[in-house]
Amino acid sequence: MTQPKNFGFGDDEKMLRESARKFFTDNSSPDQVHKLVAGDPDPHRDLAANWDSSLWQQMVELGWTSIAVPERAGGMGMPAVAAIALVEESGRAAYVGPLLSTLCATYVLDACNSANADVSLGQVIEGRSYALAIGNQEGVIGDAPTAFLRDGKLNGEALYVQDPQKCDSIIVSALDANDKPVLVTVEKSSQGVTLLSDAIVDLTRDQGRILFADVSIADAQLLCESAGPVLKKVEPIIATLLAADMVGAAEWQLQTTNEYAKTREQFGRPIGFFQAVKHPLVDMMVMIDQARGLTYNAACAWDHEPESMDKFSYMAKASAAEMAIFCSNRSIQLHGGIGFTWECYLHLYFKRQMHSQMLFGDATYYRAKLAGCLFGDQAA
Amino acid sequence: MSGGAASGDGRKDTPEQAEFRDYCQDWLSNNLPSPPTVRLPQSPLEIMTTDQLEYLCAWQKSAYDAGLVGCDYPEAHGGAGRKDCQRIANQEMQSVASPYLPNVIGLGMAAPTIYFHAQEPLKERVLPKLLSGEEIWCQGFSEPGAGSDLASVQTFAKKDGDNWIINGHKVWTSLAHFATWMIILVRTDKSDKYKGLSYFVVPIKEALGKGVTVRPLIKITGETGFNEVIFEDLVIPDAWRLGEVGEGWQVAMTTLTHERGAGPLVTPASGGKDKSSSRRSGSYGLIDLAKECNKGGRPASEDPIVRDKVMQTIIRQEGLRQAVRMSRVPSLVDHPMRIPLQGKLVGTEIMQDVAALAMEIEGAASSLYLADENAPHEGQWPLAYMNSFGMTIAAGTSEVQRNILGERVLGLPKSK
Repeated sequence: MTQPKNFGFGDDEKMLRESARKFFTDNSSPDQVHKLVAGDPDPHRDLAANWDSSLWQQMVELGWTSIAVPERAGGMGMPAVAAIALVEESGRAAYVGPLLSTLCATYVLDACNSANADVSLGQVIEGRSYALAIGNQEGVIGDAPTAFLRDGKLNGEALYVQDPQKCDSIIVSALDANDKPVLVTVEKSSQGVTLLSDAIVDLTRDQGRILFADVSIADAQLLCESAGPVLKKVEPIIATLLAADMVGAAEWQLQTTNEYAKTREQFGRPIGFFQAVKHPLVDMMVMIDQARGLTYNAACAWDHEPESMDKFSYMAKASAAEMAIFCSNRSIQLHGGIGFTWECYLHLYFKRQMHSQMLFGDATYYRAKLAGCLFGDQAA
Repeated sequence: MSGGAASGDGRKDTPEQAEFRDYCQDWLSNNLPSPPTVRLPQSPLEIMTTDQLEYLCAWQKSAYDAGLVGCDYPEAHGGAGRKDCQRIANQEMQSVASPYLPNVIGLGMAAPTIYFHAQEPLKERVLPKLLSGEEIWCQGFSEPGAGSDLASVQTFAKKDGDNWIINGHKVWTSLAHFATWMIILVRTDKSDKYKGLSYFVVPIKEALGKGVTVRPLIKITGETGFNEVIFEDLVIPDAWRLGEVGEGWQVAMTTLTHERGAGPLVTPASGGKDKSSSRRSGSYGLIDLAKECNKGGRPASEDPIVRDKVMQTIIRQEGLRQAVRMSRVPSLVDHPMRIPLQGKLVGTEIMQDVAALAMEIEGAASSLYLADENAPHEGQWPLAYMNSFGMTIAAGTSEVQRNILGERVLGLPKSK
């Protein structure tokens, strides 16, 4: 299969992107985000996540939770580039909420391709938010889950779960009695589910460890009896969605730092006159555009060139991760002293980027996977 | 593929373009030249022998006569008088991996500048043989004292009745040893840096030994490739001036804009490589190289550091490709020149890093050069690494490219 030249990014996707840009500008400005999550700088502060659930409700009403839901489950079934554009805009706004985790969960539920999962997809459209507990002990999506399903009871734990405080339900990867991974959905409020929040650097997310103690799992909660192929299929799209978040956030870092370089004067000139400042700004732009091109390429492959999805998504995440580290580093450095303070909004993005770049595997991890594909010597 | 509906870059063909595309495909399927008997250099700027030149000029003439070169120029200037068709011819020539066109400076830089700034008789005199390749062109911009700061050129043209008398020294002049004509930026007024510049075309071949001396310069590779050109009291008529006296800088901007591929006239371009060969020769080629070479007694392709570095270059090359693709989707770009202006900077730096990494993979054997029979791949990687600096320096150094991007796209204060 071959990709359309324009990534399949048509008028509907363009409109979605424009309305998302406006929505986040109005409702999730850096000032608003800072007020929301950065009230208490103390690293030992209370771990309760601050977020605006009414904003999430507005997104649900705008239909954003249905764009990635397939038509068979009552959704809009838009191409992945639409979801990518939406996540790019939410990253640009450092949006605080369960959008990214629910979109990722949507692709997992779709890939399950079961009646139970389709019921959950219907609930996603209605606004039920999801967290994913599908990582292994190293925080990457793998075949060694840390939870166990025996005789209808879920036990064990899940590590590095993203935004669990903001979500209603959790999709859990667990080993069944035959040591085969299965996927189940669990209400966060169920008996036996305990959330232990992590104290993390990123202020725009929450993260936690979830303990399962004899949690009863009914048949209707079983999403997929053979989770291995499903997880293998969704890892690339999850990596691509993360790349889109980083690309959006980096564009904000570039524009903000560029604006500062035009207004901040030293030695009688705007500092952006000096090549030691000008050239790294250009390097940020170059890296962003490469990562962004690779991200749209991977998203387009999801719908049009699935046989290349693995390698293209590895390129996107590896490129975006390197780019996010570089842009975060330069954004603080080029701001000088003010960029090092809590009052400047840069740190929100710096912390979000440093979190995103390693989430589900960093650049080195994805380059190693890519090498396996391109050298043809490892299963992708 | 026929029917011509599919343009290579996603734009839909007009009926004229579709018909022309069919014509190009048909012509190319019957008229590609047989392979050369001499080894051709990697770029037309490196043409050294008359055998190489004759083969390539014959190709340009044949493509020109068929209407594939100069399509968009008026018929009075030797063109085909078509509208927005050069792009189509380029796509078709590149898709069949035809030889490259030798008169690159003429086609890419001199022709659009002449078209936009010369008097009509001069256009009619020089453009037809430029487009056909019968007269080779070179460019006299850089000087020993004027590189990145181009506007500081000192070669001086002094008015003498209806003539100008030129004295000075131009350097890095590719193709000057074959050129009939040169486009030249000179100083006509020493009191104003920018407004003291004027722009001419100069018939250097007929003046060889009579006011013009062309001497080869030796590159760090040991090869010749470009020249220095010295002017001593060369007299030329005022009719060969482009633009007004004192407007040379603006005229030069037309040249440089087209050199960067950002001008209104599309440069005729042949010399494409087919998909498989460009994959092998770019960063993807490092995969095969790593399988051939050993590190620590095992194939370098099993070394995790080599693997990681190869993936880094492949990701950058693919990233550039996808960024360029993205730049053609208007709803995905906020600034139209943001990605096009990155092409030269990023493309040349990637090629340089690919060559450096290839030498690292070859290890000790990368010390062996062209004349050593044991040199892997005939010593092409050390050669390519050295030559790569030509690309990161010529046509605006990487540092100048970053200035341009910072100033024109990011709107940062100008360096000058």
